[in-house]
Amino acid sequence: MKVHEYQAKALLAQYGISVPRGKVASTPAEAREIAAEIGGKVVIKAQVYAGGRGKAGGIKTVSSPAEAETATGQLIGTRLVTHQTGQEGVPVGKVLVEEASDVTRQLYLSILVDGTSRLPLMMASEAGGMEIEEVAQSTPEKIFRRDIDPAIGFQPFQGRKLAYGMNLDGGQISEATRMMTNLYKLFIDKDCSLAEINPLVVTSEGKLLALDAKLSFDDNALYRQKDIQELQDKDQEEPLEVEARGWGIDNYVKMDGDIGCMVNGAGLAMAVNDLIQYCGGRTANFLDIGTLNNTARVVNSFKMFVADSRIKAILVNIFGGMARVDVIAQGIVEAYQQMNIPFPVVIRLAGTNLEEGQRILAASGISFIQAKDFYDGAHRVVEAAEGVTK
Amino acid sequence: MSILVDENTRLLVQGITGNEGSFHAQRCIEYGTKVVAGVTPGKGGSQHWSVPVFDTVEKAMAETGANASLMFVPPAFAADGILEAIDAGMPLVVCITEGIPVLDMVKVHRYLRGRSTRLIGPNCPGVISPGKCKAGIMVGEIHLPGNVGVVSRSGTLTYEVVSQLTSLGIGQSTCVGIGGDALPGSTFVDILELFEADRDTKAVVLIGEIGGTMEQAAAEFINHKMTKPVVAFVAGSTAPLGKRMGHAGAIITGSATKASEKIKALSQAGAIIARHPAEVGFTTKKALENL
Repeated sequence: MKVHEYQAKALLAQYGISVPRGKVASTPAEAREIAAEIGGKVVIKAQVYAGGRGKAGGIKTVSSPAEAETATGQLIGTRLVTHQTGQEGVPVGKVLVEEASDVTRQLYLSILVDGTSRLPLMMASEAGGMEIEEVAQSTPEKIFRRDIDPAIGFQPFQGRKLAYGMNLDGGQISEATRMMTNLYKLFIDKDCSLAEINPLVVTSEGKLLALDAKLSFDDNALYRQKDIQELQDKDQEEPLEVEARGWGIDNYVKMDGDIGCMVNGAGLAMAVNDLIQYCGGRTANFLDIGTLNNTARVVNSFKMFVADSRIKAILVNIFGGMARVDVIAQGIVEAYQQMNIPFPVVIRLAGTNLEEGQRILAASGISFIQAKDFYDGAHRVVEAAEGVTK
Repeated sequence: MSILVDENTRLLVQGITGNEGSFHAQRCIEYGTKVVAGVTPGKGGSQHWSVPVFDTVEKAMAETGANASLMFVPPAFAADGILEAIDAGMPLVVCITEGIPVLDMVKVHRYLRGRSTRLIGPNCPGVISPGKCKAGIMVGEIHLPGNVGVVSRSGTLTYEVVSQLTSLGIGQSTCVGIGGDALPGSTFVDILELFEADRDTKAVVLIGEIGGTMEQAAAEFINHKMTKPVVAFVAGSTAPLGKRMGHAGAIITGSATKASEKIKALSQAGAIIARHPAEVGFTTKKALENL
């Protein structure tokens, strides 16, 4: 789960990490007031769940409260398109109004859990202000890494090594070490999956400041992080994905094609998307209905497909294991009874209780295209979609 | 032979009295697995499906000689259950539970260092050596005893691949689901090592997916250490950047974590790549014919 920059900075501040003075505004008038309170030059930053805001025009430096009001008016209510968003962009509902900082150096600091060492990993670099992947490609020698042993936590000597790696000196070494120790504490306390300060800047007075910050959190741990869960901004997410969750379908991802698919299991669902593309089609979604022992989720999936005007045909591909084929079949029949299905439906069933599932479908008299195996299902749904004009 | 589990496996089920634990313990027994004990704290001394239930893993091991554990403990308590099994010296722990917090698994991995337990999962379908032992939630009937090892990050996609193999008459030595989480207990390399050493495994099918770089590590191993042919498929060629595709670990976070990069690495290492997921069975058949 992601949060906004202003929320991330509030958490950093709670953990004793210096951030620029600032407040969040939802209206131009509020932005004006905050700018007046701060005084002097301020930066107006669009609050969206995406990077690349600067280049996309989402960050503006202004020199008066009146200008702050105007700049905010130009951002709020619009959609910001960055290289990390789709063409449709993400809505700007709030801006962060912050004092402008006098920056002499831009550094990088982050923590994530490393998949290879299976330990938290602190990374620091003197090449801040750009994406760390770029640094890793162009100047990998400028990235310094320290694994953290969870049994003893982050240690000051590790902080010193990283701080020297960033070419800090004097009092900055202990200041940076303190900042890293606090960031690690935040990372552990709040079940972060990523804590990134980029850039971490050195001001003209030689102080360290988290100029931008990104925090994301482990979805599996949200049950014990209620305060974090409340920070979620649904407006930043894909509406179809929010809708799917409302129907009890947690594993739904919007894709940009026109073939709907309903699959059990994440790996198989990804493979279905791949196979449909291999057969010349494009899917409208990834949907893993998971393991279910009731028909509601099947019916709800059909409701989503029917409401999605892009869809020309759908493929139901189920390999029953924990999920029972007869329950899925019953769900499909119920969906046909409850709504008008305006597109061809291809069904491929295999696994637990297959015969009973096939009997239910045959007895219902519903019209569908039966596929004999995995490849046949993908092939037939692509063919069916091609026959539909929209 | 086979790897990890066989006719000598004496299975303990942690969480045997819960809904899932109870259901699957029975399926394992029906398959012929020797389920010798269950553990549910507070229910020690009772019986479940005629299996004696104990309060602790340690006691269950001492009294029944259990040498593998299958875990169905809910996510908030699962890491603690794994730690208990490691502490008791359980040789093999297969954790089915989905949704364990990553930082809980960081602790588990730290605790595993220098200890003898091998962990499979979490968030996996388990392990089956067809005809000998099923320690997991997979459908037993689609499997066939034989000489191809299967290792996969997925559940139902593995069933799909196994059923392709079985329908072509290609049996399996052992099928291992290593799970869809970001920090699996055992990696592709861990399992490839076991298959390479197993006399009855002639070829291996590897099913990877987007996220992380475990497939690249596997490629490295295949290139330098593996003498047996490896057929590979990597799911998620169509997955968009930054979206979690169902599995906690299936998310593209950088170029190396894309399917195309993994396929490239595996192909360069000499693995035989199945072009699409419905072709894994045939690709394996051809690989076996060339042996």
